[in-house]
Amino acid sequence: MVTPVTSLGRNGLYDWLIQRVSAVIIGVYLIGMLGYLMCTGDLDYGSWKAFMGSVCMQIANTLLVIAVAAHTWVGLWGVTTDYLTSLTFGKAATGVRLIAQVAIALALVVYLLWGLVLIWGGA
Amino acid sequence: MNDKRPVNLDLSTIKFPVTAIASITHRVTGVAIFLALPILLWMLDRSLASPESFADLKELMTSPLVKLVVWAILAVLLYHLVAGIRHLIMDTGVGETLEGGRRGAKLVFIISAVLILLVGGWIW
Ligand code: HEM
Repeated sequence: MVTPVTSLGRNGLYDWLIQRVSAVIIGVYLIGMLGYLMCTGDLDYGSWKAFMGSVCMQIANTLLVIAVAAHTWVGLWGVTTDYLTSLTFGKAATGVRLIAQVAIALALVVYLLWGLVLIWGGA
Repeated sequence: MNDKRPVNLDLSTIKFPVTAIASITHRVTGVAIFLALPILLWMLDRSLASPESFADLKELMTSPLVKLVVWAILAVLLYHLVAGIRHLIMDTGVGETLEGGRRGAKLVFIISAVLILLVGGWIW
């Protein structure tokens, strides 16, 4: 069996599980955050800052950015391995796919770090 | 290869079933959210950086064009969320028949359309 070196969990079953667990985390967060924003009405800076600065939200936000990075990596890995193949790119396929995947991974790492700085940096 | 096998290259006669449309839309929205991530992070950044940047963001959010962009982002998020929940439900073995799949796909379109209209109303 060929082990796909670029897959996150190094095999499909782990990737599948990572995708589901992260989906649940993002989904619960999204519903909660939309509910909070829709119910609070007119938000002012002080209460928003205090809300996002609470330990509870710092932990939730950290879980969120990690889940988003993992979920999106597994998701886009699937998309790139579906479309960037020898069928569409011939001999160049492996190179094209690797470049795309490295670009995606870099973007996700930048977003992850940006998110963590926002959450913990107290900017 | 047997060159007498039937070939259908007339794309206009090929119709995607509703399940296939639900599936590709889930994929397209997933990629779209990825592209929207820097916008969301930037908005979070502005909302927290200082009272001034918070006020600027609020001011920006009064523009119809910006509202449209935010609505579009929330729309793809909501569709992906609803279709994703259907995915998780089907992972447990529920609704895996052909009929169940069709019904689920239609439900996803209906529920997400309602939610998208609701957040649209909230934004405006
Ligand atoms: C930041 C938010 C999100 C991004 C950027 C994102 C992105 C993606 C991408 C690119 C895929 C791959 C699509 C494909 O292969 O067809 C995917 C798959 C998936 N997403 Fe998301 N997603 C997000 C949030 C969510 C949420 C909130 C859920 C909710 C329950 C969810 C559930 C799923 C599921 C179940 C799959 C797997 C589909 C499959 O196995 O074919 N996602 N996501």
